[in-house]
Amino acid sequence: MPKLTIDGMEIEVQSGLTVLQACEQAGVEIPRFCYHERLSIAGNCRMCLVEMERAPKPVASCAMPVGDGMVIKTNTETVKKARKGVMEFLLINHPLDCPICDQGGECDLQDQSIAFGFDHSRYSENKRAVPDKDFGPLISTSMTRCIHCTRCVRFSTEIGGVEELGLVNRGEHAEISTYVSRAISTELSGNMIDLCPVGALTSKPYAYVGRSWELKKTESIDVMDAVGTNIRVDARGGEVLRILPRLHEDVNEEWLSDKGRFSCDGLKKQRLDRPYVRGKDGKLKPSTWQDALTVVAEKIKASNSERLAAIAGDLCDAESMLALKGVMQSQECKNIDCRQDGSKLGHGPRSSYLFNSGISGIDEADAVLIIGSNVRWEAPIINARLRKRYLQAETFSAASIGPNWDPNFACDMIGAGPDAINDIAAGRHPFNDVLRNAKNPMIIMGAHIFARQDGKALLGMLKGLAEATGVVKDGWNGFNILHSAASRVGGLDLGFLPESGGKDTCGIIEACEKGEIDLVYLLGADEIDFDRLGNAAVIYQGHHGDKAAHRADVILPGAAYTEKDGTYVNTEGRVQLARAAAFPPGEAKEDWKILRALSSALGKDLPYNDLGSLRQNMVAQNSIFQAIDSLESPVWGDFGTKDDFLLEPFEPAIENYYMTDPISRASETMAACTESFVLPQQGKTGTDG
Amino acid sequence: MSANGHGQNIESSEAFEFSAENLEKAQKLIAKYPEGRQASAIMPLLDLAQRQNDNWLPRAAMDKVAEICGVSPIRVYEVATFYTMYNKKPVGKWFLQLCRTTPCWLRGCEDLKSVIKEKLGIDHGETTSDGLFSLLEVECLGACVNAPVVQVNDDYYEDLDREKLIALLEALQKGEQPPFGSMSGRQCSAPEGMEAPASDDR
Repeated sequence: MPKLTIDGMEIEVQSGLTVLQACEQAGVEIPRFCYHERLSIAGNCRMCLVEMERAPKPVASCAMPVGDGMVIKTNTETVKKARKGVMEFLLINHPLDCPICDQGGECDLQDQSIAFGFDHSRYSENKRAVPDKDFGPLISTSMTRCIHCTRCVRFSTEIGGVEELGLVNRGEHAEISTYVSRAISTELSGNMIDLCPVGALTSKPYAYVGRSWELKKTESIDVMDAVGTNIRVDARGGEVLRILPRLHEDVNEEWLSDKGRFSCDGLKKQRLDRPYVRGKDGKLKPSTWQDALTVVAEKIKASNSERLAAIAGDLCDAESMLALKGVMQSQECKNIDCRQDGSKLGHGPRSSYLFNSGISGIDEADAVLIIGSNVRWEAPIINARLRKRYLQAETFSAASIGPNWDPNFACDMIGAGPDAINDIAAGRHPFNDVLRNAKNPMIIMGAHIFARQDGKALLGMLKGLAEATGVVKDGWNGFNILHSAASRVGGLDLGFLPESGGKDTCGIIEACEKGEIDLVYLLGADEIDFDRLGNAAVIYQGHHGDKAAHRADVILPGAAYTEKDGTYVNTEGRVQLARAAAFPPGEAKEDWKILRALSSALGKDLPYNDLGSLRQNMVAQNSIFQAIDSLESPVWGDFGTKDDFLLEPFEPAIENYYMTDPISRASETMAACTESFVLPQQGKTGTDG
Repeated sequence: MSANGHGQNIESSEAFEFSAENLEKAQKLIAKYPEGRQASAIMPLLDLAQRQNDNWLPRAAMDKVAEICGVSPIRVYEVATFYTMYNKKPVGKWFLQLCRTTPCWLRGCEDLKSVIKEKLGIDHGETTSDGLFSLLEVECLGACVNAPVVQVNDDYYEDLDREKLIALLEALQKGEQPPFGSMSGRQCSAPEGMEAPASDDR
């Protein structure tokens, strides 16, 4: 542990740190542009110069490893002069267009030039102009503003795993470019906008929309996948303008997937803003809350409890699922399911449906078997962790079973279906040894594979494999189910599942087809097969006029995730709170309130009138809802069956990363991404039917 | 602006393959570097590709080098665009590099430039319409003792003046390449009128 003196303070730091990091620990701020704690060190902006005793010149603190007995000074005249000089050089070619720059107000260059720079420019020469680049539908470029910190180059290479960006030419002519014009094809590209310390890379959809100081910032949780990325929702008036990531080391570090960041324009389109009731002529007619709730209550009362069913969708908060479960229980209805994909997960111990090692557990894994999951699309943040581990670990082997995908780390494709798992389990495939010999082996299973008919048998087989190969052992549980629906774990934790004798999603749909069900209550469930619902009356409570709304007989307009206080449990079982950043549009209401009102209309009031008592009820249902943002290690138990599995290969869970739910399907930005990134790969154009 | 063009309008030919002979050379070049450090061979391979391809590097050649070295193409583009010695667009049969750093400038490189302009009608970064000559003004070629100097493809023509350069260009135009070295008849960089000191064979 080297000891060094920083501005007269003695401090002992870990060896291997850089002087800049040591200064941070000592509480001394060092300005920087190119240095970023999650990227490799470039040392090219020179903003972090400090004075080091016995060094003839100021040293770049970001690239200087700490040594014992170093004496660092950061507040001397030399340092101030050096910083001023660097700032002056950086500003030689930087345009003075802050008033029209989207970065204005949250710009590192702006802030640091005020703090460390000159108050005027000594240059009268022309500034250079650099042609803008086309980086696709998400990133807007203004390359004249670029100061060549190369953060974007390092991000795309190291974190994104796509080596497309580089610094071409040199000196006065240097510029960041893809050289061959192309869009940046990573699901994390939006993070480059955050990384860019100047206004060279800005958000294309947010261009000229707002200024950072006029936004109301609300800390919330992303629901576009089941990672539970911590986000900050920036709204002005009632409108969500943009979404940025927040720091959470154990979940998303500081990244946010492109869908989570850019699909927010979908919150303004296709919204259900008033109740609708389908008239006798078969057309949906605008209605009032009172009329609509009366109609729903009558329909529910008119039907036998066995002929009722409820399905919760992928974006529901736990509160609304609890309320719907309460309403259905008051009607003695057993046919409820939160697994609209027809998954067989649930009912067992918590460990049977969680990402047990936790997302940060990936940082310790040394062998990973991925089953039926395109991690890059189902959870880009988790994929980034896998890539990080691949780059950092001394030994790391990964293999994938299932449809081919494009992992950005070394990963062998070793099979397509359950028989490949069986081969490993039986020791016929060498990956069995890899798992056995690994210190922290891990199996990542895409949750959708358990929606197959043989879901329970697969669960049983994988449990067996995990136990036999040391994936589950004392002090380590690498049995990881990767959900892609934000609401799923919460629903399973609440027991939003068919009670004994009740029907699950597949059962409900089959029964509808046969005419054995009169009424289906869909809480934001848009991904079921609506053609098979037969003559059943459909009540849709949700926020977008998507697939379900077209089939619905009554539409109750709810709130999207940015418009309600809700609890979400991510794929690792972490309970997190999302907060309302805006109001639901028109007459739409928060979802639990709709269900509370419905319970009154049914004459069976739910036992809570405010969010606080609802949440108490939730805790009573399952105590994990009390432990916000903490992970308990779930108890291993008995689950799955020993039945035979089917031989069919696994299907991909997602056809198109950019459009997976009602919000992203309504988003123009996501449509543009589909056109740029997905359709060309599928050999289609945007006009293909 | 540099004469080497920018990312936006790079020239490209359809495809590029190393000749069998060069492929063998390429393997030898790569073998010079330790295992896992094949990327170190990018520069010699680019040079090899440029020599094979009429002294310029189409994008296809850079892609090929990237493929052989096992790196992504952008890493090769970065190297190729950094160095002025790689020509990113076609050049003439005789690629003239005129040194314009101080010693050559004091010894009359401006004169040489005007000769080229008058005789061939090309400026910095241009190629004659017959495709015979290209001119690039470069910084120090390291032959200051024999300034001014013009490099023709790989060879240095030193101690030039207007007449000597005209004679050189005329010879090149006819397809002849006069012997390189000092044009004033000096031996290496010995003082004018003296032979170079005999080699010291102690």
